[in-house]
Amino acid sequence: MAKIDVSSEMTGSIWKILVQVGQDVEEGDTLILIEAMKMEIPVAASDSGKVCEILVAEGDMVADGDVVVRLEQ
Amino acid sequence: MSSFAWSNDIVRKLLIANRGEIACRIIRSAQALGISTVAIYSEADRDSLHAQMADEAIAVGPAQPTLSYLNMQRILEAALESGADAVHPGYGFLSENAAFAEAVIQHGLIWVGPAPETIRQMGDKQTARGTAAKADVPVVRGSVRFKIGELAGVEAAAEKVGFPLLIKAAAGGGGIGMRQADGPDGLAALVASVQAAAEKSFGNGDVYLERYLPKARHVEIQVFGLGDGRAVHLFDRDCSLQRRFQKVIEEAPAPNLASRVRDRMCEAALSLCRETNYAGAGTVEFIVDAESFEFFFLEMNTRIQVEHPITEMITGVDLVAMQLKLAAGGTGVTIPHTLETEGCAIECRLYAENPAKSFFPSPGRLTIFRLPEPLPGLRVDTGYREGDMVTPFYDPLVAKIIAHGKTRAAAVQTAISALENLTVEGIKTNRSFLLACLRDESFVAADLHTRFLDMHKTRLLAAAEEIERSQT
Repeated sequence: MAKIDVSSEMTGSIWKILVQVGQDVEEGDTLILIEAMKMEIPVAASDSGKVCEILVAEGDMVADGDVVVRLEQ
Repeated sequence: MSSFAWSNDIVRKLLIANRGEIACRIIRSAQALGISTVAIYSEADRDSLHAQMADEAIAVGPAQPTLSYLNMQRILEAALESGADAVHPGYGFLSENAAFAEAVIQHGLIWVGPAPETIRQMGDKQTARGTAAKADVPVVRGSVRFKIGELAGVEAAAEKVGFPLLIKAAAGGGGIGMRQADGPDGLAALVASVQAAAEKSFGNGDVYLERYLPKARHVEIQVFGLGDGRAVHLFDRDCSLQRRFQKVIEEAPAPNLASRVRDRMCEAALSLCRETNYAGAGTVEFIVDAESFEFFFLEMNTRIQVEHPITEMITGVDLVAMQLKLAAGGTGVTIPHTLETEGCAIECRLYAENPAKSFFPSPGRLTIFRLPEPLPGLRVDTGYREGDMVTPFYDPLVAKIIAHGKTRAAAVQTAISALENLTVEGIKTNRSFLLACLRDESFVAADLHTRFLDMHKTRLLAAAEEIERSQT
């Protein structure tokens, strides 16, 4: 099974995690909301698949390029 | 000391409960008045300019705003520890928090701003509409409020207000928690999402619906009240150029605004000040129908505004110094019957953001940050220096490029020269986008309205990209 890393394109803090492990998502679905500079930035699924790992918790800081969710196809 | 110098023994030491450019700007006016200054800073701002400029600087907590710049208890302690006589809140953060103003006053300190009751009255956007209506200020058609989770009757209320409409947080401001609805489809879900965002941002999920004028200008009146019903206006600013309901370019006076309309708006703003015995600097915001020039009250900001420098440029008044003098008992506050304006001024907000990528924020280190050479009529307000970090914790404002000229075209030309001679590396900014706006034919023709940036986005982004390319 192919694994897909979904990473944050933004330095900021994790505001909301909108998915759970085991959930099926479609390409483009918002997985996580990141808060940076008073703005909410969505992290969208780069492909369709099942959420197999969530690597962050609400309130965590992430940097540009950090992997936040892993999907499997 | 010359006998003309202003002095006071009421506000000898001022704590500035803010950061960035506005903290620096307040410190400058305080220093000019011989008032010593206390800065507060979060862990992320340890080495920041505002903390270094002040006579003293006190750490108030971790980077997250809720633990530092919004931490009322800690800021009060800092004020008391330092022996400050007064607290200036700047804009944003606690500036429109009535409970904080009250706490400052209860601890025997002076609050540089209007009375807590006034902040409360104007802070709830819907109560403010009622107050405005009472002062005979026209208000735009709106609905009753819907508390969080309460959606019954939303459709019927929307029908009455009419589409398109805005869903607005009652406790909102700064464009946060505001959404447009074009029709009844999905309205309830949209209202619920604004309620949730409002609850998170303001601790109050109440929303209301308001008529949205398709082609409207955002024009505001700067006022200054003495707290006893006396007040003066310092004319108008056009702030129509916005993205995500946040201002990008502002100018004073508003171009193409008939003086009879301006006069009526200024009179309406003063009427509201008299109604509330307004004290200090404030801004009454209106939307103006771009065709009929009908105007409606939007809200009143009970604090110094980001774009206040353009008013200072055309009137020659130092608004922060006026605030401080009023706080110190009012001596030296001169309120002329008729203020005159001279020329035109424009402010461009340089943001750490990427216009090509939906204006997403772009935090990072300012590896190169060179401000333009001084020019006649140019003022640059910033809280950053080369080498500083623009962190993701606070708003993306890096600098304000403020230009004054005899005519609108002259002010715009100075702003263009300044932006061309500004170098920022290490982060993405909207510098080229600002230049593209200033050179755009519709902007030059002053065809301003709140959808300007949205409507001309493709053209402006293409022009901005062209500017970027020509410089690399």
